[in-house]
Amino acid sequence: MRSVFAFLAGGLFGTGLLISGMTNTTKVQGWLDVFGNWDPTLAFVMGGAILPMLVAWQMTRNRTPLVGGKFPAPPRVELDRRLIVGSVLFGVGWGLAGLCPGPAMASLSYGGVGGIVFLIAMIAGMLAAPKLGAQLDRMADAA
Amino acid sequence: MNVEWMWGLAGGLLIGLGAAVYLLCNGRIMGASGILGGLVERNDRSAMTERLAFVIGLIGMPFLLRPLIAPQTQTHLTPDLAIVILAGLLVGVGTRIANGCTSGHGVCGISRFSLRGIVATVFYILAGGLTVVLFRQVLGVI
Repeated sequence: MRSVFAFLAGGLFGTGLLISGMTNTTKVQGWLDVFGNWDPTLAFVMGGAILPMLVAWQMTRNRTPLVGGKFPAPPRVELDRRLIVGSVLFGVGWGLAGLCPGPAMASLSYGGVGGIVFLIAMIAGMLAAPKLGAQLDRMADAA
Repeated sequence: MNVEWMWGLAGGLLIGLGAAVYLLCNGRIMGASGILGGLVERNDRSAMTERLAFVIGLIGMPFLLRPLIAPQTQTHLTPDLAIVILAGLLVGVGTRIANGCTSGHGVCGISRFSLRGIVATVFYILAGGLTVVLFRQVLGVI
């Protein structure tokens, strides 16, 4: 059953990305481009996505997931170098191409060669991340 | 009349619904970078099948539905492959080092008022905004 629900969740996510326009890099870069022809769409997408999740997090109280097991532990509160540096690197890449991981996968069937190249580069970056993250920790220790 | 924000809101609600299904049914946080990253790293054998099912749904539903509901949708990705490769590497490395992206830190983190999710979102939006302003408005290369 876990896989059926995961397929359903992925399908809803992909359909939402498609109809919201978030697989169109012009709209994403248009939202980030505050000094250009600013496009507000991304704010509506983010707001719309947060609404059901506000309810869902409330529903996790004193319950267990439908398939059993446990809900995620409360979020950690400490801010570290990995969170900040990683988010900045991600933001630069997101701004350059207008794609983040979800839309990069959702648009695979219509993103052409460029979309496939982006996905391969993104996976290569993911595989390199543990080593680069460890390097970052050593730099933090040395500082 | 501009109806694009309505499509944005409707699509956003579907994205949030997907995240709610993943949380309430499977007890997991729907983060695109965590699911794909976990799949290629093979770091948790017990989660491999559901991660794969998620990715198949994520790629497969737009493939099936686009001709019916949004045939005009294009990615308009830059044809400059050097920028595409650099951007892909940065997104891959950054999301895994930060342990989340727009879906995990953004949608799922903000909605549970996670400090880390909110701070990550502020930093990737600031970095993304500065990048677009620099590379588009100043340098004119994207």
